Amino acid sequence: MILSKPSISSPSRADARLTAALALAATLAVGILLLIVLFLLRESWPVLQRVGVLRFLTDPGWHPLEGMLNLAPMLGATAASSLGAILVAGPLGVASAVFGRYYAPPAIAGLFRRMVALLAGIPSVVFGLWGLTVLVPRIAQWQPPGASLLAGILILALMVLPTVALTAEAALGAVPESYLRGAAALGLPRSGIILGVALPAARGGIVAGILLAAARALGETMAVLMVAGNVVQMPASLFDPVRTLTANIALEMAYATGDHRAALFVSGLALMLLVVTLVAAAGRLGGRQLHG
Amino acid sequence: MARRNPRFLRDLLLALLVWGVAASVAGSFLWLVGDMLWHGAGQLSWNFLTAATENAGRSGGIGSILVSTLLILAVAMVVATPLGLATAVLLSEFVSPGNRFAQLVGLSLDVLAGVPSIVFGLFGMAFFSVFLGLGFSILAGGLTLACMALPIFIRTAEAGLRAVPDDWRRGAAALGLSRSAALSHILLPAATPALAAALMLGIGRAMAETAALIFTSGYVDRMPSSLADSGRALAVHIYDLSMNVAGGDANAYATALVLVVLLIVINNIALWLAQNLLQKRIAQS
Repeated sequence: MILSKPSISSPSRADARLTAALALAATLAVGILLLIVLFLLRESWPVLQRVGVLRFLTDPGWHPLEGMLNLAPMLGATAASSLGAILVAGPLGVASAVFGRYYAPPAIAGLFRRMVALLAGIPSVVFGLWGLTVLVPRIAQWQPPGASLLAGILILALMVLPTVALTAEAALGAVPESYLRGAAALGLPRSGIILGVALPAARGGIVAGILLAAARALGETMAVLMVAGNVVQMPASLFDPVRTLTANIALEMAYATGDHRAALFVSGLALMLLVVTLVAAAGRLGGRQLHG
Repeated sequence: MARRNPRFLRDLLLALLVWGVAASVAGSFLWLVGDMLWHGAGQLSWNFLTAATENAGRSGGIGSILVSTLLILAVAMVVATPLGLATAVLLSEFVSPGNRFAQLVGLSLDVLAGVPSIVFGLFGMAFFSVFLGLGFSILAGGLTLACMALPIFIRTAEAGLRAVPDDWRRGAAALGLSRSAALSHILLPAATPALAAALMLGIGRAMAETAALIFTSGYVDRMPSSLADSGRALAVHIYDLSMNVAGGDANAYATALVLVVLLIVINNIALWLAQNLLQKRIAQS
């Protein structure tokens, strides 16, 4: 039995049985992940084998009923909306963390942190509802049709901002007090301490938070589906309606059959690989936040 | 003095920038919450919470939706709790720190926590609905959510068990208790608040979910009569009302308000359980 350390204090046979049962449960928990990968592969295998990976990028368009399976517009939309969301939420989130850690008076800092935590807990479908009824009409007054890449970026940014802010604040909190005191003793101004010492020292944790936020933005379905307009096209401007990979799955899965259905599973598989890579990278970075 | 000026200016600029960002983040949050209260609070009433949906959700209440949501959550937690509890106990009590199997379990839980919800939806449909033949049903939706809620449940329960002082374990061993006896009489009772917190967080994660449910528990807004019926969860109801039903926005906002209030209550219970009760119990001894 490799699962239990040999223990003099517990020679009972009941313990051995319990350990075996627990190990079985843990194996089941691991099995879920394997099962997910297995079923995604199983469902996407027919089209991967017959059509190949390349055609998902080279077909003339996304007309799944005629066998044209170009996922590139959706990939472009997913990349553009996630990148845009990170470009907006990254700096804002880090600035929020700096505010909570170094600028806000204690009472306001506590309130601000609770607010960010609340924002993190709001379900994506509620963000989508708000974006659809408030943000989209406002953008439409300015640049019709309103449901656009921009709306998707803004809603995604609002959704992933708490991830950046909370991880960056934790990373800033882990910066040793002696760094800051040393910098102050050297006569650095406040901006110099924050920009030159605190932020670089917390770099690892901040980047990890941004990667996690990117993973969340890439995998987000409902909010983007509700505000981004869902037209299959490569985004050419911020005001174009676009359809992301996730939205495409949610919209077409209900009626897809055959190769079409398999193609949707392929996009799910690609999405999962992408997100898992980001999460793993964030985990590695978060492990060594501080250096020196 | 002249030399100090640019530095002072930079300090001032950074302070302005940081306060400005904080104000705009707070502003967007208040805007969102304000809109939800403004559009949603007027619809709320006892009748709204208990009545059946009418006219595709434009009028009537969300009684059947609440029942479906509760059933889906019940299925999810009935499945996830024993599995998660056993895994958490194994990870915190029964393996040595560097154990390979424990590392594998931990890693796969972290990966599972990062899988996008729409992928859970695809998996749930392919496995529970089609392969196991459950179809669009509350059972299929609940099982899919059980897979989703498992990582957060296990991690919280594991942390709660680890927070029980080692002295208690040594004391139990010194008294000649077997490890299973120590577990059921000392460790699990001591960690009960944390386990309850884990349950609450799992429920919260499951309740906020939409994308994983569209293809598993489905859209049907009637009162479910069994677990094999399709049932519409709160989050799916909000989605359907705002996207597919013209004139459903008011009720969508009211439903969103109900959902968010429920989530806040659940999260605060979890927080309170995890922070206060556990510390009190350990401090008292």
